[in-house]
Amino acid sequence: MVTATIDTGWRKHLPVLNAFLRYGILILVGFVMIYPLLWMIGGAFKNNAEIFSSIGFIPKAPTTDGFVNGWKTSTEYSFATYLLNTMKIVIPKVIVTVISSVVVAYGFARFAIPGRKWLFALLMATVLLPKSVLLIPQYLMFREFGWLDTYLPLYAPQAFATEGFFVFMIIQFMRTLPLDMEEAAVMDGCNSFQVLTLIVCPVILPAIISVALFQFMWSMNDFLQPLIYLSSVEKYPVALALKMSIDVTEATSWNEILAMSTIAIAPSLILFFAAQKYFVEGLTSGAVKG
Amino acid sequence: MRGNVVTNSVKLTDVKKSFNGHDVIKGVSLDVQKGEMVVFVGPSGCGKSTLLRLIAGLDTPTSGQIEIAGNDVTYAHPSKRGVAMVFQSYALYPHMTVADNIAFALKIQGLPKAEIDAKVRDVAEVLQLTHLLKRRPKALSGGQRQRVAIGRAIVREPDVFLFDEPLSNLDASLRGQMRVEIARLHTKLNATSVYVTHDQVEAMTLADKIVVLNAGRIEQIGAPMELYRKPANLFVAGFIGSPRMNILGAKVRSSSGEAVTLDTPQGVLAIPRTGAQAATGASISLGIRPENLHVAAAGEEGHLSGYVILIERLGGETFAYVTLKGFDGEPVILKLDGEAQVHNHQEVRLTVDLNRAHLFDEAGLAVGVSPDFADKTDGSGHVQ
Repeated sequence: MVTATIDTGWRKHLPVLNAFLRYGILILVGFVMIYPLLWMIGGAFKNNAEIFSSIGFIPKAPTTDGFVNGWKTSTEYSFATYLLNTMKIVIPKVIVTVISSVVVAYGFARFAIPGRKWLFALLMATVLLPKSVLLIPQYLMFREFGWLDTYLPLYAPQAFATEGFFVFMIIQFMRTLPLDMEEAAVMDGCNSFQVLTLIVCPVILPAIISVALFQFMWSMNDFLQPLIYLSSVEKYPVALALKMSIDVTEATSWNEILAMSTIAIAPSLILFFAAQKYFVEGLTSGAVKG
Repeated sequence: MRGNVVTNSVKLTDVKKSFNGHDVIKGVSLDVQKGEMVVFVGPSGCGKSTLLRLIAGLDTPTSGQIEIAGNDVTYAHPSKRGVAMVFQSYALYPHMTVADNIAFALKIQGLPKAEIDAKVRDVAEVLQLTHLLKRRPKALSGGQRQRVAIGRAIVREPDVFLFDEPLSNLDASLRGQMRVEIARLHTKLNATSVYVTHDQVEAMTLADKIVVLNAGRIEQIGAPMELYRKPANLFVAGFIGSPRMNILGAKVRSSSGEAVTLDTPQGVLAIPRTGAQAATGASISLGIRPENLHVAAAGEEGHLSGYVILIERLGGETFAYVTLKGFDGEPVILKLDGEAQVHNHQEVRLTVDLNRAHLFDEAGLAVGVSPDFADKTDGSGHVQ
C-alpha cells in the first residue's frame, strides 16, 4: 500500500546520500590536512633515495636507518642531548609561567589594587604587542646581565607573568568562581595565600593545565628565541638541532631529519592526549558558567 | 532570653558602613543575648546582609564598634571572631568530599587528625550526613548541601552562628523542612544565631527576636508576636504579616482619651484607644489586618462597604480583594474561611475588629496600642 506520506523513487535514499557526501568531504579534507604528518612519519622509515621518488607515505622497504643515524646526528652530541636541552628550557618555563600567571591573575581578579583598570589595560596591550619589537632591546638587556648563551633569557621573563594571554585566560576563569566560596575559606581561617592554593587553584585546575599545555607546546616549537640567545651547539634545543642538520651537510639526509622530527613532536602529542580531558574543558568552561 | 544568662553575645554600637560615599548602614546599635536567635529581616537593599558581613568580618565598618563574647572584634580577622557563617549559595568547596569540607577549618587550625575525625563524625551524625561523607558536593541534593554547609559551621563550635538567607535557594517544601531543622538545631546547640532573611515567615517562625531593617536603619526590634501586635510604624506594620496589613487613609475628627474618632469617606469610625493623642483634622492611617476584617452577617450594618474584585481560594482559607467605596488606593484584603460564600462583583458590607485596629500618624508612627494587645508582652510561637 502506498500513501502520500511515503517517499518513492530515488528520494528515499536522500538521507543516506547526504551522509555519504558530508562524511566523504570531511574525510577527504581531513586527510589532506593530516597528510604532511603521515608523510613525515612514513618518510622517517624510508631510505633517502625513496623520499622524493614518490608522493605516497607508505615506505616500500621500511628501514630504521633514519632513526639510528639521526639519533647520532652530524655533531659530536647525540639527539638525546638536544632533547634534554629542550626540556631544560621548557620545564622551568612552564612552571614559572603557571605560577606567575596564576598569582597575577588572582591579584587582578580579587584585589582592589589602586589603578587596577589601567594596569589591566596595560597587560592586555602587551598581548597585542608584536614580539619582534622587543627582540633588540631584550637582547641588549640580557647581554648586560651576562645571560647570553644561557637558558635564563628563555624562561626568566616568564616569571613576571609576561604572557598576558595566559593571565587574561585565568582571570576570566576566576571570574566565574563564586566569591562566597573564597569568603567561606577566609572564615575558616585561610589567609589569601591559602585561599589561592587550597581553594582557588584546585578549582581552576583545567585552566592551569591548559596554560601549561599551551606553554609546553609553544616552547617546544620555539625556534627564534634559542637562535638569538644560544651560541654553543651543546646547549641547542631540538628546534635548532634539526635546522642545523639541514645546513651543515651538502647532501641532506632527509630521512634522518624526518625521523628526528617525529621524535620531537612525540612529547607534545603524548602530553596533549594525556591532558585532553582537562584541556578541552579548560578552553570552553572559562567562557560559560555552569 | 533564656534562663538568667546575662552576657551579651554580640553587641553592635552605632555601626555605620558606607560604600563609595553611599551610606548602606546608617548607625545600628543592637544587643544579642547568649543563646538567642535573632533574625534580621527587611526588603532587598535594606542592608541586612551587609550588617551580617560586618559581624562576620568580611567587611569592616566605617565607624562604630562590634563586640563578640565581650571582645572588641571590630577589625579582627573573620576566623578570629568566634563566628561561623552559612552562606546563601552554601559555598561548599567543590573539589573536596563532604568530610573534607567539614574538616577544612579544623585542618587550617592544625588540630590533630584523630580529633578532627572524631568531630567530623559527631557533626555528621547530628546532621544525618554520615552516609554521604565520601561524596563530593556535586553529588548531593540541595537540602544535603545545605546540611553540609551547616555542618561546616557547627564543627568549629563558634560563639555565634551567622546565616545569610540559607533557605532561599531551596524549593518551598524543602524550605519548610529545613526551617524546622534549623530551629531544632538551634535549640539543641543552644547557640547564639544571627539569621538574615527577606522572608517574614522564616523570621516569624525562627526568631526569638526580630530586627526589622529598612534603608540601613533599625525600624523595630522585638519578639515576633510583639512586632505583629504592636508594630511601631507603618513600615513594620506592612512588612510583618502576610497578606500585608490593609492601610486606609482618614482624618481625625476627635480624640477623647478613650477613643480616636475618624472621618472616613464612608462616615465616622470610632477606634477605641486609651490615652492616645491625635490632633483634630490631622491625616491618620488606619491599619487593619486581613483576619480582622469580616463580611457582615445578614441584617448587620457593618463598618465599611465595597465590591469584591478578586477571590483567591487557597483551600483552607480564602482571600477576598474588596474595593471600598470612596477610598483611594489599593483594594483591601480579607482573610476568610476556605468555604466562605463570596463571589466576584458582589457588594459586601464589612465589619472591623476595632479593638485590633492600628493607627499611624502622618509621620508613620503608631498612635497608641490596640486594646486587645495592650497587656500582652510576648508569646512567640516558634518551634522548640
